[in-house]
Amino acid sequence: MAHRALAHKTTDDVAVAVADLKTGETLEIQTLDGERPHKVQVLEDIPLGHKVALKDMPEGHVVIEYGERVGRMTRSVKKGGYVHVHNLRTLRWDYGRPAKAKKGGK
Amino acid sequence: MPRKKPASMQLTGYRRANGRVGVRNHVLVLPVDDLSNSAAEGVARLINGSRALPHPYGRLQFGPDLELTFRTLSGTGANPNVYGVVVIGIEPKWTERVAEGIAQTGKPVETFSIERHGDLNTVNRAARAAYRLAQEASELRREPIEVSDLVLSIKCGESDPTLGLAGNPAQGRAVDRLVDLGASVIFGETSELTGGEHLIAGRCATPALRKKFQQIYDDYIRMIQGQGVDLLGSQPTEGNIRGGLSTIEEKALGNIQKTGSRPVNAVLDYAEEVKPGQGLVFMNSSSAGAEQVTLCAAGGSVLHFFTTGQGNVVGHPLIPVIKVSPNPITCSTMSEHIDVPLPDLLVGEITLDQAAERILDAFERTVNGRMTAAELLRHEEFVITKLYPSA
Repeated sequence: MAHRALAHKTTDDVAVAVADLKTGETLEIQTLDGERPHKVQVLEDIPLGHKVALKDMPEGHVVIEYGERVGRMTRSVKKGGYVHVHNLRTLRWDYGRPAKAKKGGK
Repeated sequence: MPRKKPASMQLTGYRRANGRVGVRNHVLVLPVDDLSNSAAEGVARLINGSRALPHPYGRLQFGPDLELTFRTLSGTGANPNVYGVVVIGIEPKWTERVAEGIAQTGKPVETFSIERHGDLNTVNRAARAAYRLAQEASELRREPIEVSDLVLSIKCGESDPTLGLAGNPAQGRAVDRLVDLGASVIFGETSELTGGEHLIAGRCATPALRKKFQQIYDDYIRMIQGQGVDLLGSQPTEGNIRGGLSTIEEKALGNIQKTGSRPVNAVLDYAEEVKPGQGLVFMNSSSAGAEQVTLCAAGGSVLHFFTTGQGNVVGHPLIPVIKVSPNPITCSTMSEHIDVPLPDLLVGEITLDQAAERILDAFERTVNGRMTAAELLRHEEFVITKLYPSA
């Protein structure tokens, strides 16, 4: 069966769509390290190449992809939601930002 | 069609006077400065089999910026894909300096300066030199070569998460195989290691190399901070974001996949020379496609692998650039730019090893003379990295 979305590591918080995902579809998302798949219901349309949340994540959560830290949630997201620049920000280049913005995380 | 194992690769190329091996056989008309572009292009228009490399710099530069321009020009002329070079500059002193750097390879180099001659007389004399070199080059024959004779390079561009998932891990496997067979493979893109720089530092072969790598990376970050800005508007790019990349860390972690898994055996600054047999080599470089490919070619790379998500179309005037893409939209809408389409890898219909075999098959054929998409489409970008304003 052709994949619809893939995650790099079992411990990752997000997976990548390898086809355009439609609201309401239910996916078995494989991980490249071959562990048990995640079952996810897609909450919004997610284009090919873009990310779907594999679990509920609050604002401030440090997101793990490739088993590494890739950014911080600036807004909460539900499992199956769309994760991109509207709710995920880099952990770098945030010198000069108010201390408040640096709080949170896991 | 069964794919050949790399051990049975049959490669041919051009062995130069200094023992280095090229996979193309160009005659170059190299302007030292912006003022000499017109004469250089005039020569290349007249003489079949020669090509000019016009660029906007070479006047009133100083310090490390001047050294980098000289190193880029001399290194490009010294590239093993070049049979011989006609160097043209506005005045004789700097012209001779660029030519000396090339002549150390033992290849034919002829120099011409424009002052006290004018463009027309210079074109006349330089075209006669290019005529001789092009005719000599046309009589060279390819001979059998080994992977271990070659310096290669890699970069990704217009990246998206399909590269991190599929294109770059496949390229990484191909890089591991080529390194194991004795090739040198250059990677760079200093800014695009941000978020994964600890992974590259951890792969440096010795503590001294690790320290040197960390120094280059930290200097780069300090340079950005010194400008009082950040790279948020540039990294990731609008194209990256459209493709689904959200942060520089995510881009870097995908980027690093293409370097494979072997140790980093050398850490070099911009356009420094890379020799065969060095394995995986980090070269400080911009992450902009044409700048990085130009620096790699100046360092001695004779063939470049370029993985792309959203469809970067970059090429180089002297070295073939093999485009690899796993993105099905790019492979269908920009098929004329992609040498190795891998959309079936993205959805799991082929394995990473099968994808790596396709990349190595394209490598073998390209080394042996098959033209790449970028060569066919005349993508001949030559972009010198500038460190700061001229005097």
